[in-house]
Amino acid sequence: MTFSSSHRLANGVPDLAYKQGLRRNLIARLLTVIAGLFAAIAVLPLIAVLVYVLIKGGQKISLTLLTELPPPPGLEGGGIANAIIGSIVVTLIAAVIAIPVGVGGGIFLAEYSRGGKFAQFIRFGTNVLSGVPSIIAGVFIYGTIVTSRILFGNAYSAAAGGMALSILMLPTVIKTTDEGLKLVSDDLRRGALGVGASKFVTVVRITLPTAFTPIATGVVLSIARAAGETAPLIFTALFSPFWSEGIDGVFNPIATLSVLIYNFAIMPYEAQNELAWAASFVLVLFILGLNLFARWLGQFASK
Amino acid sequence: MPDSTLTPQPVSENTCISIQNATISYGSYEAVKNVYCDIPRGKVTAFIGPSGCGKSTVLRALNRMNDLIEGCSLRGRVLFDGADLYDPSVDPVEVRRRIGMVFQQPNPFPKSIYENIAFGARINGFTGDMDELVERSLRQAAVWDECKDKLNESGYSLSGGQQQRLCIARTIAIQPEVILMDEPCSALDPISTLKIEETMHELKKSFTIVIVTHNMQQAVRVSDMTAFYNAEAVEGGSGKVGYLVEFNETEKIFNAPTQQATQDYVSGRFG
Repeated sequence: MTFSSSHRLANGVPDLAYKQGLRRNLIARLLTVIAGLFAAIAVLPLIAVLVYVLIKGGQKISLTLLTELPPPPGLEGGGIANAIIGSIVVTLIAAVIAIPVGVGGGIFLAEYSRGGKFAQFIRFGTNVLSGVPSIIAGVFIYGTIVTSRILFGNAYSAAAGGMALSILMLPTVIKTTDEGLKLVSDDLRRGALGVGASKFVTVVRITLPTAFTPIATGVVLSIARAAGETAPLIFTALFSPFWSEGIDGVFNPIATLSVLIYNFAIMPYEAQNELAWAASFVLVLFILGLNLFARWLGQFASK
Repeated sequence: MPDSTLTPQPVSENTCISIQNATISYGSYEAVKNVYCDIPRGKVTAFIGPSGCGKSTVLRALNRMNDLIEGCSLRGRVLFDGADLYDPSVDPVEVRRRIGMVFQQPNPFPKSIYENIAFGARINGFTGDMDELVERSLRQAAVWDECKDKLNESGYSLSGGQQQRLCIARTIAIQPEVILMDEPCSALDPISTLKIEETMHELKKSFTIVIVTHNMQQAVRVSDMTAFYNAEAVEGGSGKVGYLVEFNETEKIFNAPTQQATQDYVSGRFG
């Protein structure tokens, strides 16, 4: 019985040369090419969308775009300043609701629950919630907050929009907090308890600071996701062609970038269509910025 | 050996912690059974024995660390200066402030060296001169010279042996009455081990120390009293159950044990 591997050259040296025509080498090359092809196809839409938005929207960037209101239908010029502010306001409202609740829930799951029925139920619910289509969150807030006019008699409002977005952020924040805290070594917890720290002090002073980076990263990513949502805002925050002013603005309809894109892109006016492209550009940059910030936070920790 | 009545024994002045007929179970599985042991004040007491004999379990029972393990329960009594540690009204946090613990793996907090020491003192309401406390604790743990110039650096910047002494300093800083050490040197090299043993000789002037060790030479070197634990299979049980074989002065345990099992273990015939 002979193996091809037992083959030796004339002078007795083993033959270790790479053979082009060998079946395994042919298959390996073929599969490498196929894998590379699919990888290229996979990133193609990503690059195409980004480049298209950058080219179409990037041309429109100007100071007026960032400082003025959108024009009435039929007129030229104007900007998307109220939508930029509106997006920030709605996202902030969402963050103010989702971060304390989500981080608190995550702390409960990781530190206080002992894997009982209730904790399992919350974990399961969190997973389900993260898979719920965003429009469902919008319909829910529409049904409970908007139509009931529970917020001081106001129907559509920035606050309602923020609540809808906070529902979308919650699962991500809970999950990243839970996972981040689980990564903290039990040795640290025992060390803190061993010097007489109470459970509360251990969580607040030792485990939370240790897990700060993964939690902060998760929070920033969830904000980035919420900032780009349209569906839940259409029938909660609605839209407004005006500035939102003061605390009153929180309880009135507010313009947001994503809803502005949705409204303006399908209008039969050239000026509005161009504003929609410009808004897409700003939104992409906004979310890109948040993602870069999350990455920076992640690296900040590894030092 | 103490006798085996179930009523709490009057505890002598010299006894710091009195374990009276303690049986510790994980769920329905008994890990260690019917332990009687009077740990003397101001001495070093070593727990030795083969793996799985329950010596670490007994140690953790002394400051309610077993509370963290789900399903772990204790029957019997553990008296600390006459106070029952397992009375329902006892706050485990109060117990751990008086009975500190050093763990097998060095586990400094991800803070500066200074903060590592100050943390425990601060949460325990220390109001004195913190700088002085930090220096005194580090000196007592024999690690001051190595870290006096980098108190603001992370505790992780120290070597393993230094980290472990930092952990000891951190425990000393809260001024406990008892320090429990769970195999404190098993992750360390011989030189660091030696330094920690020297530290222990210093510490026993002010604290009662209980140490679990796998290293019998270490028990001989550092301890005044030694408790030998062993494990045996029991009928109908699902595994081995640990028990206390013999508790006596270290010298007697190693030179003239009364039990055959102890004799076999200390002379290296098994385990």
